[in-house]
Amino acid sequence: MTQAIISISDLNTHYGDRQVLFDVNLDVQPGEIMVIMGGSGSGKSTLLKHLLALKKPSQGKIAVDGQDIGTISSKNLRELRKKMGVAFQGGALLSSLTVGENVRLPLEHNTNLDTQTIDIMVRLKLELMSLSGFENLMPAELSGGMLKRAGLARAVIMDPKILCFDEPSAGLDPVTSVELDELILKLREAMNMTMIIVTHELESAFKIADRIMVLFDGKVAMVGTPEEVRNSDDKRIQNLINRKSRDEEVDGDAYLKRLVTGD
Amino acid sequence: MNIDIGDFEQFKVIKLLGEVDLHNSREVKNTILDYVEKQCHILVDFSELDYIDSSGMATLVEAFNRSKTKNVDFHIVGAKGAPLQVLKLTRLDSIFSLLDSIEQATDQ
Repeated sequence: MTQAIISISDLNTHYGDRQVLFDVNLDVQPGEIMVIMGGSGSGKSTLLKHLLALKKPSQGKIAVDGQDIGTISSKNLRELRKKMGVAFQGGALLSSLTVGENVRLPLEHNTNLDTQTIDIMVRLKLELMSLSGFENLMPAELSGGMLKRAGLARAVIMDPKILCFDEPSAGLDPVTSVELDELILKLREAMNMTMIIVTHELESAFKIADRIMVLFDGKVAMVGTPEEVRNSDDKRIQNLINRKSRDEEVDGDAYLKRLVTGD
Repeated sequence: MNIDIGDFEQFKVIKLLGEVDLHNSREVKNTILDYVEKQCHILVDFSELDYIDSSGMATLVEAFNRSKTKNVDFHIVGAKGAPLQVLKLTRLDSIFSLLDSIEQATDQ
């Protein structure tokens, strides 16, 4: 097996006193599509924040492309981030810039390429996302699906080694969502990008993932191939797959205590 | 990345070796454009190219476009593996003339 490009060991995280991730371990291989799945509040986005070094671990170690995120210098972090693309949930475009200006921003900040080269790179990426002709529109003039694709165009404009994608298909119609899945697979095939994709769209997860990590309440329930996840006998995973609500046993005493004391 | 320059019949053969990326695509562009300006016919040899990013592809588009206005031939030769995948992904295979071997250039 090749050296993992992302390696998380014994990661524990807190927001204040509240622990949100418990002993998370994960190795991601170069070129692998790792989908992180789990219900709301399971710690998926927090895990992404760690990978991007937006949040430091309370305990444990995260290495990305050979760099320890906990101790990385700001100079090395800047270099590392040039190799990482992030597509945020709502696109996160800057509303005062046009689509084209948003997409070219990373190139203008981080490279000294000629304007004409940058122009062509931006248009290549917009073509790839089926957004040709939208270069001069403002983000407010785009639909949700277009915003997402524009965000993805900006995320991959530097041809990153690692792409982090938060909820690619949330809020998209089924056809657009399938197209986006296919685009993700093509990007990996052509550019051998490693991808960390957070989603709770099951169909999409099973289609694009090499492996899936399932998180429940900040704990890793399992890491496995889509086939292994589908066949898991863990009841919570089956509930997630079959879209059943959580039938948790209620501990009456504990519930009363939470209501009365807030603990 | 290395650039080897050779000749084949009426063509300048510009062979790209290794990886073309943000750090060296300007060098590729300047080299090819120099020959285009001198009205040389161009073969860009991809046969030992391992990787080319979109800045590299963009510079090839610029050079190809310039070759049209200068009325010189411009072919990409021996694209395979990741570079070929990138050409297909960006649908640039519909713009460029792609040849399997240098010898094919004289048949065009």
